[in-house]
Amino acid sequence: MLRRIAIVLSLSILAVMLVAVIVSLPPFGEPPSQMDDYIIRNAQPETGANNVVSAVLFDYRGLDTLGEATVLFAAATAVVMLLHSRNGEAGD
Amino acid sequence: MSKIVRTIAQAVMPFVFLFGIYLIIHGHLSPGGGFQGGAVVASGIALLFVSFGFKYVSTFLREDTLSAIESSGALLFIGLAFAGIATTFFANFLLGSPVFGSIPVTGPGVGDIWSGGTIPLMNIGVGMKVSAGLSAIIFSMMLIASKKRGGEQ
Repeated sequence: MLRRIAIVLSLSILAVMLVAVIVSLPPFGEPPSQMDDYIIRNAQPETGANNVVSAVLFDYRGLDTLGEATVLFAAATAVVMLLHSRNGEAGD
Repeated sequence: MSKIVRTIAQAVMPFVFLFGIYLIIHGHLSPGGGFQGGAVVASGIALLFVSFGFKYVSTFLREDTLSAIESSGALLFIGLAFAGIATTFFANFLLGSPVFGSIPVTGPGVGDIWSGGTIPLMNIGVGMKVSAGLSAIIFSMMLIASKKRGGEQ
């Protein structure tokens, strides 16, 4: 019984939060933030790169690119290690 | 592979590598960048492996070299990120300096290869990393495939 009350209570709290988020959403078709306008206007003078996508990837979101490179490094390391240990060599 | 494949691969190979290097070096001016150019270069390596066979390619392409290129690309990338630590991590500290320092006019334009600050150098680092990393993956897979076939090809 107590468990059922807890479930109903948490679900109703979740529903209230979801409704609050939906009400506060911007109208359909409007940009959700001013970030894209800012980057399109200021990427060239601020980073010096003509390719705004590159400017975002390597300057504004450089940490994200570092994470991507780490993912690739981990993937390459895992593949090389797995295939070489299957090969009968010492799996050190 | 047959002689036709080998001949065509020989004709196409320089253009594949040239296109990949162009994508990496012009990453801050035109569509492309380190990831895309590195993938193109690695596809050129894959074409080399498929057309000429593992035994021939592994005489001049070694896995240690690929690992060294990949690690130095990663070190270049992280080193450039840390070099701007005086302001913030990943600060574009080269902007305004004589090396890659010029700033293009805002709006559409051809652009200048000596612009972008650290962005072209980071593109080169990521390009080295992606091309060598994917090539190492292809190398390992081809090693297993050639062992399974009993050293043939």
